[in-house]
Amino acid sequence: MTVPTTRRATNAFIGSPIERLEDLRFLTGRGQYTDDLTDERMLHAVILRSSVAHGRIRSIDTAAARARPGVHAVITAAHIGDIPTIPLRHDPLPSSMRYVQPIIAADKVRFVGEPIAVVVADSVALAEDALEAIAVDIEQLPAVVDRDAARKADVFLFEDTSSNVAGTITATLGDTDAAFKDAPYVRREHFKVQRHGAVPMEPRGLVADWDTAKQRVTVSGVCKVPFNNRRALAQMMKLPEASVRMLEYDVGGGFGARGEFYPEDFLIPFAAKVVGRPVKWVEDRRENLMSLSHARDAACDLEIACSRDGVILALRGHAFTDLGAYVRTNGATASRNISQIMSGPYRIPHVRMDVTMVVTNKTPSGTYRGPGRFESDFCRERLFDMVAADLGIDRIEFRRRNLIAEADMPYALAKVHVLDIVSECDSGDYQITLDRCLAEFNWAERSKLQGALIDGRYHGIAIGCYLEGGGTGPRENARLLIEADGKISVYVGSSSVGQGVETVFSQIAADALELPMERIKNVFHGSTDYVTEGFGSFSSRSIVMGGNAIVDAANRLRALIREGAAQRLGCAANQISFDNETVVGPNRAMLELKEFAGLAADGTHASNKRTYSYGAHAAYVAVDPKTGQVALIDYVAVEDVGRIVNPLTLHGQCVGAVVQGLGGALLEHFIYDENGQFLTGSFVDYLMPTASDFPSIRAVALEQKPSPLNPMGTKGAGEGGIIPVGGVVANAVAAALGSLGVQPHELPLTPPRVWQLIQDASSR
Amino acid sequence: MPVKFEVNGKPVEVEVEPRLTLADCLRHHLRLTGTHVGCEHGVCGSCTVLVDGAAVRSCLLLAVQAEGAKVVTVEGLSLEEGLTLLQASFRKHHALQCGFCTPGMITTAHALLSEEPDCDADRVREVLSGNLCRCTGYISIVEAVLDARSAYKRDGKGA
Amino acid sequence: MKLPPFEYACPTTLSDAVALLASHDGEAKPLAGGQSLVPMLAFRVASPSLLVDLRKLAELRQIKIADDGVTLGAMVRWRDILDDARLRKAHPLLVAAVEHVAHYQIRNRGTVGGSIAHADPAAEMPGIVVTCEAKIAVVGKSGARVIDAANFFQGPLMTALKPDEIITEIRLPAWPAKRRFGFQEFARRRGDFALAAAMLFYDEEGGKAGNAHVGAIGVADRPLRLPAVEQVLNGNKIDEVTLANAEAAASASVDPHDDIHAGGAYRKALIGVMVERALKSAAA
Repeated sequence: MTVPTTRRATNAFIGSPIERLEDLRFLTGRGQYTDDLTDERMLHAVILRSSVAHGRIRSIDTAAARARPGVHAVITAAHIGDIPTIPLRHDPLPSSMRYVQPIIAADKVRFVGEPIAVVVADSVALAEDALEAIAVDIEQLPAVVDRDAARKADVFLFEDTSSNVAGTITATLGDTDAAFKDAPYVRREHFKVQRHGAVPMEPRGLVADWDTAKQRVTVSGVCKVPFNNRRALAQMMKLPEASVRMLEYDVGGGFGARGEFYPEDFLIPFAAKVVGRPVKWVEDRRENLMSLSHARDAACDLEIACSRDGVILALRGHAFTDLGAYVRTNGATASRNISQIMSGPYRIPHVRMDVTMVVTNKTPSGTYRGPGRFESDFCRERLFDMVAADLGIDRIEFRRRNLIAEADMPYALAKVHVLDIVSECDSGDYQITLDRCLAEFNWAERSKLQGALIDGRYHGIAIGCYLEGGGTGPRENARLLIEADGKISVYVGSSSVGQGVETVFSQIAADALELPMERIKNVFHGSTDYVTEGFGSFSSRSIVMGGNAIVDAANRLRALIREGAAQRLGCAANQISFDNETVVGPNRAMLELKEFAGLAADGTHASNKRTYSYGAHAAYVAVDPKTGQVALIDYVAVEDVGRIVNPLTLHGQCVGAVVQGLGGALLEHFIYDENGQFLTGSFVDYLMPTASDFPSIRAVALEQKPSPLNPMGTKGAGEGGIIPVGGVVANAVAAALGSLGVQPHELPLTPPRVWQLIQDASSR
Repeated sequence: MPVKFEVNGKPVEVEVEPRLTLADCLRHHLRLTGTHVGCEHGVCGSCTVLVDGAAVRSCLLLAVQAEGAKVVTVEGLSLEEGLTLLQASFRKHHALQCGFCTPGMITTAHALLSEEPDCDADRVREVLSGNLCRCTGYISIVEAVLDARSAYKRDGKGA
Repeated sequence: MKLPPFEYACPTTLSDAVALLASHDGEAKPLAGGQSLVPMLAFRVASPSLLVDLRKLAELRQIKIADDGVTLGAMVRWRDILDDARLRKAHPLLVAAVEHVAHYQIRNRGTVGGSIAHADPAAEMPGIVVTCEAKIAVVGKSGARVIDAANFFQGPLMTALKPDEIITEIRLPAWPAKRRFGFQEFARRRGDFALAAAMLFYDEEGGKAGNAHVGAIGVADRPLRLPAVEQVLNGNKIDEVTLANAEAAASASVDPHDDIHAGGAYRKALIGVMVERALKSAAA
């Protein structure tokens, strides 16, 4: 696996399993995460969060807390005055605007975990001691915790709206009603995906430092979208953007949730301004579980129309997503994706999806790896297996008949109205990944076990296909600089959430400049100091957008070097060539790169079209009918990502995503009681996969059909592994328990749920 | 109250409140920030360190309880330059992504391999099931630990 | 999530430890391995005024194996039990149970006394002491006493211990070499607390079971003996009929509550399955 980074490079690094540069510091304990930052003058903030799901704040008495030893400030809404709200970064539906989150609770609390006060003290322990001394008087209101009740309720989270519906997103393709009217076969089912979420291993944290003399603030610990958050914070603090610095350090996992603008992204800088000293805040795990955006909470009625020979004629449905108490940053994104991606990689000429977003007294939702896609894949692929059985068609053949063909490319997906979003699949031969998955999985042999009862367990297999949208625009920027020693520094607007951008961007820069990788000195990413405009890392975009921006900058840098060398050597620019770090002119005249120190070039990659990776996953499960336990015996994931930059990191992300998906399919669930109390505030109650749960996961990455949308041909690749997991696992369970008539409609497939399904089926 | 113990072979004396955990003492008093705190309630394993040779969760141990003990952190299992064979195996197998759980994985794997250099995949999975990782899906971590066994059979140190 | 403030003492004698516990109006707590207590402190659901660390009390660390049974000092760690090869013969049911306790790192610190004093209704060790009719030796300011395991657990996290009492020993009755036993646990993930677990043993006489002891955890507010199941076993061959009867009797014996991990009906069925499987493995 080891590939030397010194070897001579001509497009040698892209595609090679380069061991990561980041690992050297992570493996030796030298990473620098937010909580590792320190300063002699630093104070520590903790946050008082609502223990009530829905209520009106009558009073907050902070006097006793302020009198506690070591306490420097206790900040509530009253101190802040004009309370800013968190802006919507994505999918700003006009109807959602009335449901945005104030950065601290002033009059009402709407979920358990909502910030009420900030205590700043000499240590976290002292701050937590003082927290207990704050007296909050809250008039409890009935909690709205159920999405169906919320729609019918006469209790409103936002009284002035007289509704708990934050909007409906509709996506359409063709004429669905007409297609259903004459359809020879239709089936309608109701599916549910449970609330769960990203839960990265590093809790969120921030260090803010206010410079009174210069009236500027530095915020460390940002990630994902630092430039966006700078804009938001500058507006809230009424500062010019140039007076807000965002610094990214090592980030312990993002998965879509971390790095969005949260209340603390204002509260901590504000606290630093109040006390005039650096303030650090690091959430504890309980806070993390109740305040980092939740996800996936969706229920969907889905109806399909088919010909008798299994050609899908139309698909329509209505999903209801439970967004929790507020719509914030990207809260509508999963709903938008459910509306647009429900058809997946299948050629369905008529589609209509309505997705109604409901607010309830729970933690607000946001994106989590494969947002909306995991949910829609579960509903669609489950329905497909039921339909194939109805029609007497093999489940693989049913999918094969309906996959979008390469000749259909580019293939337009349903249009999202209101937001006016159109998107089309860019390239692909979807049969390739299906065939490869069947082969890797040994489907033919294993299908003999379908439904068999062996040693007390029912065995079942299933396969499903999916699309992964990535490379989201509008653009990304990079800058390459020749350092004094002739090495290259890369500056890029992409950011790190732990996915290995330093390594892959070094590979890309080295190949683009035809240099050995060790000549790439640094990759500076994330912080707002490095480029003038950056967009960050989300929606599987870093390699596509940041990577191609680096390629563009490299091309421009080489052009500048050529011009400069031509001038010095008195020749034409097209007579200049490159030989590693040597610039070669006519008659073997040579210049070293370091002679061009200080030369820099900016590059951009702009695109409003998404890339679409695609693939197929297969699962083999054994179900113990007496306990309801689903054991995963084998899992195969195959994806075509267009072009592979680093097979090692790609493989790792794919396997990691599959296991996260298995967590969502079998284990993870944020649970509330009927009063909106949060019951899963620890790792004892929120169950994530461990090393012994899923020992056999195999992933195969292909680069069959590069994207036509960018010079490298790359597509987004970090999320695909999670998207089909819920559907594939549920179908495997259904297949295993076929003889009992069990049809799962809801995740997670916990032992008690599977056991109950078996009881219900046997009593029918 | 004062507490004296040994960290990575060096004696230390720290003045602490009894309520301070060993994890926080290492991180914030001794500035050994390689030990990470991921849950503070004894489940995630990120804060695993060796106390008198045994892997323990440093968030469930008071610093005052470490009086007289020999504590080893990930920094103590690292070289000045380069990687140990165990660390190199993690790198080779891409057994880490964000790196946050990694120090706990390294300390746990080191303790396991030091005691049981012949452990099989099942045992590795069982032992590592006390360490949460959200990035890798564990497959590569188990491979990395199995692949590093040979180093411990040779010299018992993994270096 | 920082611990609330408390004082700390690390006595070198048992009598000092008892005196310290008695000196704080019931607000002092002994600290054994800390694997249950420290998380409670971190969540601030416990806030003792004084922690009395028992780690210097070497006499609490001994494992004694004699003709009358196995005696575990309260500070014996899970790790010590698994490392002591003698116990695999002297008390194989204990070893089987401890293999299910938590994770590697926890086993390096967690103690049998700590587990029993904590009294989690889904924990293995409380189930073992109840099933095996162990005696729990404690010492407090009014002297030493021995509590029958059957009377020790009084509810979730509630025991017969007085605030100034320390568990010193757990005495498990002698284990005949030919005794049949089984331990079956079902948890969501390896190392998690049991949704339900069954532990049992019996002695065979003429191909029939006698002296059956059957215990269950995770299905009530404390560890249970299941006398109805014992009745099913005693005097019978362990055949398909007995297995089925035992399963039914186990389920009928319990009335578990719902919680976020499982409903009561599920747990009720599950304990039957665990008893049946434990019995099967015992008879095998």
